[in-house]
Amino acid sequence: MEVFLEVTSNLANGFLVSFILFALTLILALPLGLLISFCTMSKIAPLRIFFKIIVWILRGTPLMLQLFVIFYGPGLLGLFRWPSVNTGWRWFDSTFDTRFIAALVAFAINYAAYFSEIYRGGIQSITKGQFEAGQVLGMTKKQIFFKIILLQVIKRILPPMSNEIITLIKDTSLANTLSVYEIIYEARSFMNIGLIWPFFYAGAFYLVFVGILTIIFNKLEKKLSYFRT
Amino acid sequence: MAYLQIKNFCKSFDGLKVLKGIDLDIEKGEVVSIIGSSGSGKTTLLRCINFLETTDDGEMYIEDDCLIDRTTIFDSDDVLRNKRLNFGMVFQSFNLFPQYNVFDNITLAPTLLLKSKVHPKKQKDLYHAEKERIDKEAYALLETIGLTDKKNAYPCELSGGQCQRVAIARALALKPKILCFDEPTSALDPELTGEVLKVIKSLKGQDRTMIIVTHEMGFAKKVSDKIVFMANGKIEEMGTPSEIFDNPKSDLLKAFLSNIDKKDGE
Repeated sequence: MEVFLEVTSNLANGFLVSFILFALTLILALPLGLLISFCTMSKIAPLRIFFKIIVWILRGTPLMLQLFVIFYGPGLLGLFRWPSVNTGWRWFDSTFDTRFIAALVAFAINYAAYFSEIYRGGIQSITKGQFEAGQVLGMTKKQIFFKIILLQVIKRILPPMSNEIITLIKDTSLANTLSVYEIIYEARSFMNIGLIWPFFYAGAFYLVFVGILTIIFNKLEKKLSYFRT
Repeated sequence: MAYLQIKNFCKSFDGLKVLKGIDLDIEKGEVVSIIGSSGSGKTTLLRCINFLETTDDGEMYIEDDCLIDRTTIFDSDDVLRNKRLNFGMVFQSFNLFPQYNVFDNITLAPTLLLKSKVHPKKQKDLYHAEKERIDKEAYALLETIGLTDKKNAYPCELSGGQCQRVAIARALALKPKILCFDEPTSALDPELTGEVLKVIKSLKGQDRTMIIVTHEMGFAKKVSDKIVFMANGKIEEMGTPSEIFDNPKSDLLKAFLSNIDKKDGE
């Protein structure tokens, strides 16, 4: 029983780290992806081509490779060192150390690239007539995007987005290759004392969380079902 | 001087000349129908008038205000937007905003325009008065199109004919000087065209200037003051409905009309 409680507490702690990595990645990658999608649709050819190449690289190489390059690269090239948080609160400082920050940056950039393609598909699937209707009604480009296009795009991209977001929570486990103390890292530490079941237990954390996400996305889809694009 | 003057409109797409020098004068309150076979340039002309396409060459004036000439390609977005507001446009495919109900579709653009002029919080009283006026006018428009009972419905809950009537109301809500229709009934089932044509007809005579691109010859004949027949990017013939339909002069128009008669006979 004592072991079970210890495992539970450690895994919960680890999952909290996974969740924070997940949430911060979303907060950064969702708007960044939108910006990148605008760049890949830009009329300015050099900008468009540059960002298309960036997206190609980010989607075309393993996330683990990107994690290593982003964490070790700047130091090895003598560019800069990843900053660490220093609040004096031990748990906080040891959890959100340079490794966590490097992982967060890698995840945010990688997922922004994926999101940008989802946004692009969504925006380009909206018929030209919607933009033109806004134009002839004297709306500004900003108004057309935010008042007319955006909600239609959100409705369109919700299914692929939910897929990607569910993948993200599982991908956070890759951060353990940088020794970020996320849940798999915690589960693995019990292997040293001969316990295998903490892995299954860790899996249950993911399952429950993905279940919750699925319910949320279903609700959102239902909420937007009042109109058809 | 005519109310709307179009001079020498030219437009090519990838080297294909779609408009080859269009000259057209429209008087205030006049209803002008543009007819012609597919690919004759009717829709492109209408889109150029509405600034949805930029002309390669040509000029356009409304009440002697210059809207298009050689210098206007440098217009800022704001200037362009203001020029667009001279015209209303009803599209073949309605292009209603699916996430807004009927009432909001009609009031969205006027409300946004109001917000750009009157601050909703700093000039609260003025804003509310103006917003009330917009809503009141929207109700009046709903009555005109006969859809008062559908004001809370979403576009996906309406028939094609009802959608197009809403689109007409939406265009009218901004009080354009000239209302343009791009084949307003072409996307509709035949039994639904009547209700839309009836609404368009009811707008005539309220001193409203309208340009209608249409394939509905009977309707064009009844509603128009002037008919423009286009072929191969040019205005081939222009005149009153009886001149065009009963006494066509050019061979192309004769061929076009006899083709339509044949189709109707089948």
